[in-house]
Amino acid sequence: MTEPEILSAPLVLEFPFSRTTGPVIGAFLTGLREKTVVGMRGADGRVICPAVEYDPETGAPLTELVELSDTGTVTSWTWVSQPRQGQPFARPFAFALVQIDGADTAMAHAVDVADATEMSTGMRVRARWAVEREGLITDIECFEPELAR
Amino acid sequence: MSEIAELPEGLWYQPDVDTSQIPAIAGVEAVRSIRVPARVEYLYTPGRAPTRFLRALAEKRIMGERCPVTGKVYVPPRGVSPVVGLPTEEQVELGHRGTVTTFCVVDIAFTGQVTETPFVSALVLIDGADITLHGLIQGIPPADVRPGMRVEAVWVPDDELSTSFENIRWWRPSGEPDVDPDTIREYL
Repeated sequence: MTEPEILSAPLVLEFPFSRTTGPVIGAFLTGLREKTVVGMRGADGRVICPAVEYDPETGAPLTELVELSDTGTVTSWTWVSQPRQGQPFARPFAFALVQIDGADTAMAHAVDVADATEMSTGMRVRARWAVEREGLITDIECFEPELAR
Repeated sequence: MSEIAELPEGLWYQPDVDTSQIPAIAGVEAVRSIRVPARVEYLYTPGRAPTRFLRALAEKRIMGERCPVTGKVYVPPRGVSPVVGLPTEEQVELGHRGTVTTFCVVDIAFTGQVTETPFVSALVLIDGADITLHGLIQGIPPADVRPGMRVEAVWVPDDELSTSFENIRWWRPSGEPDVDPDTIREYL
């Protein structure tokens, strides 16, 4: 029996999820829509950003929101030389952990610089806000070096 | 190490948060729901046996493969008997009719469905096969579908045939009498 040429075809799985945010994530996303970064005070007094619903150590429900700035410090980063579809930029960029000023934890986001040589741990960054904001993490388009403007 | 907090007894819901200290979000409509579509793109390579199956489907034929030990016919074939682990080398052409074994009536609409609700999603034991295959049932009110019902494949028009399982649009009643439930007991 001769084997036919093996078939191959694109297969796309797509799920149109929507989810309710709850009061805490909702407050964080509402903040982004209003160009304000919101964190949550944990049971031990630390500020966690993005805001979380329960204390990571004790599991206690948290309710004390904290307004933060839109600047921060890169604590870790990686260079994306070949971006994939759906990522923040079609051009090379960095994914970084950014510790927002006033927060004790870091959040993942993109940093827009031209080249990896412009990235460093400890560098100061500022949020670049999207013009159209609707309450999503992408309301922060990316972070950029603080001295860029 | 901190002590782990306990949830209170009874009905529990997340406590509301106080936004009054944050002017930017205190007086505005809060975000309550977000759309987070998920999408993954694959390049699907079915392998040798499913390729044989799909190429036969493009010729409007349904091909299964037989286990060399048990004699059972599997469709769609995976090239290996799932019971004994040996290659299924014998090709078996199956009929275009079958028997509904189990089914469910889908009443709730969802994105991507191919027919209007309510519709019936069923497992069909194709004549000559020893395993059921998933298909839609049309041409009969959902409430009248039953295990043991005989159905026949409804194919797409010949000029639309391709190497796709979607060649079989759905199954409809063939008009034959129901089979004795005992004959499909193994599949219920």
